[in-house]
Amino acid sequence: MKNKYSIFSLIKNAFSDHENWQQAWGDPEPKKEYDAVIVGGGGHGLATAYYLAKKHNLTNIAVVEKGWIGGGNTGRNTTIIRSNYLWDASAGLYDHALKIWENLSQELNYNVMFSQRGVMNLAHNLQDVRDLKRRTHANRLNGIDAIWLETDEVKKFCPIINTSQDIRYPVLGGTLQRRAGTARHDAVAWGYARGANEMGVDIIQNCEVKGIKRNGDKVEGLETTKGFIKTKKIGVVAAGHSSVIANMAGIKLPLESKPLQALVSEPVKPIIDTVVMSNAVHAYVSQSDKGELVIGAGTDSYVSYTQRGSHNIVEDTLKAILELYPIFSRMKMLRQWGGIVDICPDASPIISKTNIKGLYFNCGWGTGGFKATPGSGDLFAHTIANDEPHKLNAAFNLNRFVSGDLVDEHGAAAVAH
Amino acid sequence: MFLINCPFCGERDQSEFSSGGEAHIVRPKQPTELSDDEWAEFLFMRKNIKGVQFERWNHSHGCRKWFNVVRDTSNDKIHSVYKMGEKPPVK
Repeated sequence: MKNKYSIFSLIKNAFSDHENWQQAWGDPEPKKEYDAVIVGGGGHGLATAYYLAKKHNLTNIAVVEKGWIGGGNTGRNTTIIRSNYLWDASAGLYDHALKIWENLSQELNYNVMFSQRGVMNLAHNLQDVRDLKRRTHANRLNGIDAIWLETDEVKKFCPIINTSQDIRYPVLGGTLQRRAGTARHDAVAWGYARGANEMGVDIIQNCEVKGIKRNGDKVEGLETTKGFIKTKKIGVVAAGHSSVIANMAGIKLPLESKPLQALVSEPVKPIIDTVVMSNAVHAYVSQSDKGELVIGAGTDSYVSYTQRGSHNIVEDTLKAILELYPIFSRMKMLRQWGGIVDICPDASPIISKTNIKGLYFNCGWGTGGFKATPGSGDLFAHTIANDEPHKLNAAFNLNRFVSGDLVDEHGAAAVAH
Repeated sequence: MFLINCPFCGERDQSEFSSGGEAHIVRPKQPTELSDDEWAEFLFMRKNIKGVQFERWNHSHGCRKWFNVVRDTSNDKIHSVYKMGEKPPVK
């Protein structure tokens, strides 16, 4: 039984110089066999393991991670959480996640620093205005809070935005989802890891999957750098490397892996207390609790697994940021990095069974997976445990690429994918 | 970020080019005969290789011609470039 984190445990441990804190999760060697193995120890994978143990009583399971937990895209994203998607299927999926976020710190007894500071999406041309107003109406029909702001209201909500009508892409208005916001990305992985480990889930780091053993149309286990692990159910949550794992199992996925970049500035005093996204010029910005501006750039157009991305992409984003926020013109950028995102042709995720019995994929989250972490884990756990999807992820099956029943969020999402 | 040796213009910055994705996906000769599975395979399914991949590029801010590139997607190193219609080199 793990000790509960509270103000009292903090005070108690202060008296022993914080040297007696209990280990948050163990570092076991893999057992010979598990009831299910999750491939990928990011937020989505750890959440899947947590809900498999908590809601479906599957505790003889493991999460295998080739690096360290939360070291991939979980630790590389810009931490934005929102659910203002256009289509009903997406709205259901992302709002399910947002509802879990709202109580996640209490549930995990781990502060994920969820902050509902609002997310504002700007419109820069007449088509943007029409699209965003349409999306606001669609959101409200789905019970998701969304309002339309005129230019002066945008300025009032975030005074540092340049709303002059003389700039190349003037601000013609925007939408606001007040329940949206940000969370601490690492804490999400750590909180789920601690919660899952407490229920008996083995979290095995530095364990890379090298092969998937199949017997006809069903899986038998995994070849890893720590030996063979026998299991009847494999849930793959490998983000940019999903296709690599799929190739091991002999199947193809409708994915392309591309670098997506982000960068942070030097820390400054509080200047922007919300998240502002702008699709047309592809710039989004928020401020971390440490004071750094967190800026998201776009993806490169080519397939690459290099976790860097091109300089011209960052340059384009910063040009847009400077036009919209002239106040940032002398800010220095401290760090820049890339993550490999797996993009589906319709920019919607895949949470699905495959033609191989016991092999499940949760992938294709593209540039926007962080926001869905709790919902994705919950629904993927349901899919693995019951061998059939929950009604909220039924539309996100692999077969939609054959049937043509796509969930096309490409142009409809609030930010370009 | 890397340089691409356009077979028509010479070595230029990658930002001058547009990626056309995986190469040698053959357009179906009889589209009306295709099953839904075959359409999905042609339109959507990709190898998405981590390693040496054959792909199409267009010099969109230059000569605007298409050509093929053999590139290692794990380090962005380009092995060779060849024109459309030419036989792909054996890797």
